[in-house]
Amino acid sequence: MSDWNRIWPQLLDATWETLYMVGVAALVTVLLGVPLGVLLTVTAPGGLAPRPLLHRLVGLVVNLGRALPFIILLVLVAPVTRGIVGTTIGSTAAIVPLTIGAVPFLARLVETSLREVAAGKVEAALSMGARRRDVVRTVLLPEARPSLVAGITVTVVALISYSAMAGAVGGGGLGDFAIRFGYQQFRTDITLATVVLLLVIVQALQWAGDRWARSLAHA
Amino acid sequence: MIELNDVRKVFPARGQAGEVVAVDGVSLAVDRGEFAGVVGPSGSGKSTLVRLVNLLERPTSGSVTVDGQLLTELPDEQVRQARRSIGMVFQHFELLDSRTAAGNVEHPLELSGMGRAERRRRAGELLDLVGLGDRAGARPAQLSGGQKQRVAIARALAVRPTVLLCDEATSALDQASTTGVLELLRRVRDELGLTVLLITHEMSVVKAVCDSAVLLDRGRVVDGGRLADVLTRPGSPLGDALLPAPVADAGAAHDGALLRVTVTDRTPETLVLQTLIGELGLAVEIAGGSVETVAGGRYGRLLLRVTGGVAGLDDAVHRLRAGGVLVERVAATAEVAR
Repeated sequence: MSDWNRIWPQLLDATWETLYMVGVAALVTVLLGVPLGVLLTVTAPGGLAPRPLLHRLVGLVVNLGRALPFIILLVLVAPVTRGIVGTTIGSTAAIVPLTIGAVPFLARLVETSLREVAAGKVEAALSMGARRRDVVRTVLLPEARPSLVAGITVTVVALISYSAMAGAVGGGGLGDFAIRFGYQQFRTDITLATVVLLLVIVQALQWAGDRWARSLAHA
Repeated sequence: MIELNDVRKVFPARGQAGEVVAVDGVSLAVDRGEFAGVVGPSGSGKSTLVRLVNLLERPTSGSVTVDGQLLTELPDEQVRQARRSIGMVFQHFELLDSRTAAGNVEHPLELSGMGRAERRRRAGELLDLVGLGDRAGARPAQLSGGQKQRVAIARALAVRPTVLLCDEATSALDQASTTGVLELLRRVRDELGLTVLLITHEMSVVKAVCDSAVLLDRGRVVDGGRLADVLTRPGSPLGDALLPAPVADAGAAHDGALLRVTVTDRTPETLVLQTLIGELGLAVEIAGGSVETVAGGRYGRLLLRVTGGVAGLDDAVHRLRAGGVLVERVAATAEVAR
């Protein structure tokens, strides 16, 4: 159809919006989710610094974040978003709920990864006189790195799917584009093009993540 | 160098399982430069015991002293410092897969704050010491079990400890690697003047490297001492475990008395038979025997069937004991029943 000349630049803009939202949200998610996962791991019973009460409290908050359907979370955190960004509309505003949704998700994955590091390696480090933070820094995180990278990849892919929903409440991006141009104007070709584009992005991310994880695995 | 005083470790009840007394009032002393073993069946509390020495496990009661420091009285931060002078090797090596062999050896040096160039140099030196100077860049996954344990030993020695703890260090290795690792442990003990405490369930390991050992059973020390003493002490359970008593042939004629004679390489070669046959004119039949190398010395245990009268037998036992030979009279049926 002839109007594709008009649509292409907008599709491109929407793609950039998605990459921007997901990119920034992923960065913040890693910065918050990894430490939270470490906290969950070390405070667990039998962990490096067992704090059963704190562990259960943090676990509860994390589960709450994961149990809540993302579309509900979007609405619920609107006041927080306004407080941080100043508005609840647009790609930048969408980053806040995206991050809040993804942090608990990543935290659990990080916890699982760290728990899989053999207890004997931790014990060996302690026998060398390592502090607890040394154990986290020199044993847990490096040994779990391939698995952490895999977890981060899964989280980023989930963020892309979340970001399509954020589009529905004015976040912009490919999801928003597919709804406004494809769904509401009955343009199946536009919907299809958007889906293909999302698929390419997800596929590329997964491929890069897998490769990275494999390059880190020495065992 | 290492002193445990009436140490107990009780693990609290968890779920269905009641509380577990893993170590039940153990006292133990290891001298500087000694190669000491703790041997016992699985579940006897050996692994817990070795972890009490560097306080990876805090004792429920009792005291632990290493190199003159009363560890059980120290605050956590100082315990951490003290652990640097206590190296440890594990059954499953516990090397970091994310690091090379050299990187693993550098790990404790890093923790102690040593600079990068200095670490490199020291790691190279240590890998040379354990015979892996050419594998510095290899990942643990590329090394054999024996090589991994050598790297782990290099790592344990990196910060120049005075004590080395070995927790079943050869149990995951094949025979050839075991021999190599044990030789290495013995050599570093000799060269660096280390005190070694080795935990194992294998008597052959104790025989190969230890100067002294204790036998642990259900958390308690059953027997112990320098191997040379234990082997010549009548009725010693550890001595019997190290040098199993030969079993008499059940089909043999049952007249006469059975004597179990333990000889060492300090026993004059001809003493036993010369005394029994030559001097007392007894009839002697060798019903069984074994000779083993323990702690560098040769030890033999012979089961002799002696006929020739009760009076002659008493005289024989008396004379052999006077000559420094361990002689035990054995009830034939009990011996056969084993």
